[in-house]
Amino acid sequence: MKNTGFIKAPLLASLFVYPVLFFATLQSAVAQEAGGIDAKVNEIFSLATGWFVNLIFANLPGTSFPWIVLWLVVGATVFTIYFAFIQFRAVGHAISLVKGDYSNPNDAGEVSHFQALATALSGTVGLGNIAGVAVAVSIGGPGATFWMILAGLMGMASKFTECTLGVKYRNEYPDGTVSGGPMYYISKGFAERGLPGGKFLAILFAVFCILGALGGGNMFQANQAHAQLAGIFDDYPGWITGVIFAGVVFAVIVGGIKSIAQVTEKVVPFMGIMYVAAALIIILMNYDKIGWAFGQIFDGAFTGLGVAGGLVGALIQGFKRAAFSNEAGVGSAAIAHSAVQTSEPITEGVVSLLEPFIDTVVICTMTALVIIITGQLTSDPATGMYILGENGQIVTATGASGVGLTSAAFGSAISWFPYVLALAVILFAFSTMISWSYYGLKAWTYLFGEGKTKELIFKVIFCVFVVIGAAANLGPVIDFSDAAIFAMAVVNIIGLYCLMPIVKRELNSYMSRLKSGEIKKFKN
Amino acid sequence: MSTKLIVGLDGSGSGDRALAYAKRLSKLIGKCSLELIYVIEWSPYSFQTPEENASRHKRREEEIKTAMERVIQPALDALKADGFTATGRVKHGDAADILNAVAMEEKAEQIVVARSSEGGFTRRIFGSVTANLVMHASVPVTVVG
Repeated sequence: MKNTGFIKAPLLASLFVYPVLFFATLQSAVAQEAGGIDAKVNEIFSLATGWFVNLIFANLPGTSFPWIVLWLVVGATVFTIYFAFIQFRAVGHAISLVKGDYSNPNDAGEVSHFQALATALSGTVGLGNIAGVAVAVSIGGPGATFWMILAGLMGMASKFTECTLGVKYRNEYPDGTVSGGPMYYISKGFAERGLPGGKFLAILFAVFCILGALGGGNMFQANQAHAQLAGIFDDYPGWITGVIFAGVVFAVIVGGIKSIAQVTEKVVPFMGIMYVAAALIIILMNYDKIGWAFGQIFDGAFTGLGVAGGLVGALIQGFKRAAFSNEAGVGSAAIAHSAVQTSEPITEGVVSLLEPFIDTVVICTMTALVIIITGQLTSDPATGMYILGENGQIVTATGASGVGLTSAAFGSAISWFPYVLALAVILFAFSTMISWSYYGLKAWTYLFGEGKTKELIFKVIFCVFVVIGAAANLGPVIDFSDAAIFAMAVVNIIGLYCLMPIVKRELNSYMSRLKSGEIKKFKN
Repeated sequence: MSTKLIVGLDGSGSGDRALAYAKRLSKLIGKCSLELIYVIEWSPYSFQTPEENASRHKRREEEIKTAMERVIQPALDALKADGFTATGRVKHGDAADILNAVAMEEKAEQIVVARSSEGGFTRRIFGSVTANLVMHASVPVTVVG
């Protein structure tokens, strides 16, 4: 039996070589027909889904203002007023909850408020904060930053509402696991209030959530991560990135290789902190321009300073990118926050207030300030107006846009930072994918029931879409996935309007008990 | 009122040495009961995936059950057979904090632990559980070699 080793070796080698050869042949075949196949897929896909994308991103009649942006902003405003500016009243309490001041020591070992918040944040902090903001300021000018911050502050109230409901109506199974999210609170909450259509809306939400998870939470991330890698290592086929990413994602979500997820979950917050620190350093290096930068932001917010669409142009970009980035009102965070250990759902709502604040008001603003302060946006010294290119975007100092613009801005002050940024983009993309694979899975099991095989089917589909997302340049597919994420918000906010009286009752009860001293701190 | 001793177990030989010494001490004191504690290191400020969060409650129950069955219960059975009065518990958290907190709660006379069982590198960076306990405990601590 000694020679089996010799037989095995070539066998093993061929196991590795054949797939590579297979992919290589496939690649060359695809490369030859790439234009043809891609174009065909694009055509069929856009024909089938174009109406849906157009519907979601349609402008309000007679304007260039997408109704979906108005929908999110109106929602956030309604919740802000209905809960009497909860985002400003409860911030102090949110911080002491996250610190664990109100956590019962006997619950140690359960999911803490900090952990629920950190998990939800790692799902939202990502490309939106780096690439999205660059897009916002290059189209909408510095003024977009003002509207972005405002949208972030208002979005805190939407998050509060959805995360409270997420915890209140979560399912707790006999085996001790929990599942929560809009599909659960819409179906259970509507039934409780005697409202019709809860089941239908919940199913609709779950369908959009699966599409959003495969699209914006997966293909878009894979695609952008590949764009970053291709920028560093010269251009190479996207399927290579796709297969590697899919392999790692598969190892985590199917293979249960916790170590990879744990490493990411530890590195991502570190990257986030490093990003903010680098931004702060650059801002402080240019401390003499801070006043000027804020002047540009305020002037731009109300005059546009020459950007396409003026005030409205700046406003749309700011609102849209804030919504893209912090997902307030979309309902995804409600899924992430629902695993926390608490007997008071309101506490998690209060903690979730911090999420849009950190994501949008802090991180997005840092990106915008760095781009503005390092002088990436070119303006006419005579008039102070920004110079627009043919595509309607402000002409940038290096000609870069998107992630490239952010990278150029950081690179102009710290030469090696673009490499760190590239790593950050890839890790953020990965952690966003892991989070969205879970959101999609929850929607999937809501529709098809829990079970090992059913879950495995979704996870495999998810991994396949990683490869597709990285390999293909399917514009319509990505448009569609963005549309699906916003469609989640349409359903979710209808649900939130119908269920907000329940949240108010919870809030009043909690606040009065907090005031009377019935709810006490466990440590001082 | 009987005297109470807190004994920190870690499922290893050093935990057994702490227990052996606590038994000796208990005999010398006379009217004495032992409280065995096994701490599962856990921080509320760690980062986890959504999936880990969803099954956290279940995992916690499993961790407590396993530690009870493998460490605490066998030790309690052996103590009972030898005629000692003892109780035991499994807790999540920082070992030094938990041992001290339980000692305060039980109004214990002292805490008995073994010398640190962690490796050199971790100990240099974070300090050992034993060293932290000795420095911050509110009751006397006996460290068994």
